[in-house]
Amino acid sequence: MAVLTRLRPSRRPDPRPGLARPAAGVRTHDGWWAAFFLTPQLAALAVFLVFPLGFAVVLAFMRWDGLGAKEWAGLDNFAAQLADPDFGLAVWNTVKLALLTVPFGLALALLIAIALNSVRGSGFYRVLYFMPVVTSSVAVALMWQVILAGDEYGVLNTSLARWFGVDAPDWLGDPDWVIVAIAVVTIWSSLGLNVVIFLAGLQTIPPQIVEAARVDGASGLRIFRSVTLPMLSPTIFFSTVVAVISSFQAFDQIYVLVNPKHNEGARTIVYQVYELGFQDFQFGMSSAAALILLVLTLLVTLVQFAAQKRLVHYDS
Amino acid sequence: MRPRQVALHAALTLGGLAMLFPFAWMLLTSFKGVRQMLNNPLDWLPDPWRWQNYPDALAAMPFGTAYWNSLYIAAVTVALTLLTSAMAAYAFARIRFRGSEVLFVVFLATQMVPAQVTIVPLYLMLAEFGWIDSHLSLIVPAVANPFAVFLLRQFIRAVPVELEEAARMDGAGRWRCFWNIVLPNIRPGLGALGIIAFLTSWNSFFFPLIFLNSPELATVPLLLSQFSGERTAVDYGLILAGSAIAVVPTLIAFLIGQRRIINSMAASGLGGR
Repeated sequence: MAVLTRLRPSRRPDPRPGLARPAAGVRTHDGWWAAFFLTPQLAALAVFLVFPLGFAVVLAFMRWDGLGAKEWAGLDNFAAQLADPDFGLAVWNTVKLALLTVPFGLALALLIAIALNSVRGSGFYRVLYFMPVVTSSVAVALMWQVILAGDEYGVLNTSLARWFGVDAPDWLGDPDWVIVAIAVVTIWSSLGLNVVIFLAGLQTIPPQIVEAARVDGASGLRIFRSVTLPMLSPTIFFSTVVAVISSFQAFDQIYVLVNPKHNEGARTIVYQVYELGFQDFQFGMSSAAALILLVLTLLVTLVQFAAQKRLVHYDS
Repeated sequence: MRPRQVALHAALTLGGLAMLFPFAWMLLTSFKGVRQMLNNPLDWLPDPWRWQNYPDALAAMPFGTAYWNSLYIAAVTVALTLLTSAMAAYAFARIRFRGSEVLFVVFLATQMVPAQVTIVPLYLMLAEFGWIDSHLSLIVPAVANPFAVFLLRQFIRAVPVELEEAARMDGAGRWRCFWNIVLPNIRPGLGALGIIAFLTSWNSFFFPLIFLNSPELATVPLLLSQFSGERTAVDYGLILAGSAIAVVPTLIAFLIGQRRIINSMAASGLGGR
């Protein structure tokens, strides 16, 4: 080290001790090299993400069908969307889907992860539960279509009728039930991912802590409440944020499982954006709906970050 | 085994069957004819086995072309993503420059914007480029990946700086350090990211649905949705044969690499911790 210091006397102390250590010649001011290494990603982000976002904001205040001239529309698009019963329905369905998939999906995943953490040979189950995660959402939707169909092809309803005499609703055709059906399929297909994330989180809990609690006479439930849950809370928080965001963006499975064109009960905000933009060619209107979705997503995420301060436990 | 273990195994197996059932039903139904589905919808086994559904599905749609399209689009996307995001991650982890912290936060913030919000302007822009109904529309925009930069930055920060110091003493430049020292040391990170990026591209549906028109350009998920969209429920045997053609090879690849795939996805779920 003495040699290094002698050769590079201008070395500055690292302002953030504990992070990556300053090293002669490795972390120096080097603007041109930084620019070189950053340019490809930076350019891609600017062109394909930042610019379209700005463009979306401008479009949202315009009336434009893609062919004629753009016309300034002020807040008309937002007002039209907020007054449109279709949009109201889309927001309600989106919220309903999140309220069904996030709590039930994560609770189920947590239970399974805890069970997996305490059995031998969990690798086999891990593979089994993970299979839907790597399966194309289109194929998942088609697989579930034959199970949930309301006619004689639907194996679920024909079984219920034959064996239990139950006259079940047409899950995919009935506007009142379709979100429940979509939620079941969503939970099924994302369960494995949440399970392995929780399992990885559980495995970071030092066994000594659990052992100490057990020696002190804590019951299984008490250990769960006072050790497992607090130590897992950062992982649970992270998964909740991700699950809410992805539920707000759900499109693929809904589009294939029940085209909302045929069942209004499946209309979500993303479908609304898609229909306005690519079926009706109302680009301004579609962008306005998309921006409302963005604001909603940000608001819900902010609320979650505010709530985590009281609910999530971080070490030190 | 203790009774507690038995009960846990029983519950996990029951759950596992629920995960397996849709796959099994897809495979079984893919060999059934219309008459059997109508008359005995609860029959488990096909009777007779209608193998013809598979040649029919393959003849109706260019699944071979779609497989090639999906495969090479995913491969090119992965290669570009790995290279560019490792470069950016290196800059954030190892090079001091003015505004580094601010720029990194901006990077992460862009990740909050869902693709659906920018879809209309993105479409209009790609149309200007002449990239609509071209695979470029699926590959190039997918390279912008702040999450990948974040993930690889975590890995690079775990590489001892001393390795690079030594190389620099020996006269290696920035690029040599990056290429010969850093990259080989973050191989697990690159592998994990590669798997995630591959699966994301392979299963992507929203972008191909909007950006592609020509059947011969379709990716596997897009082709599958068109295939089922053209048919009525009567053709379930055929539709599910098509689904099986799309799903089974992916599942086999997954089973071969399951340990690495699952671990990669779990690590990314923890935010690269």
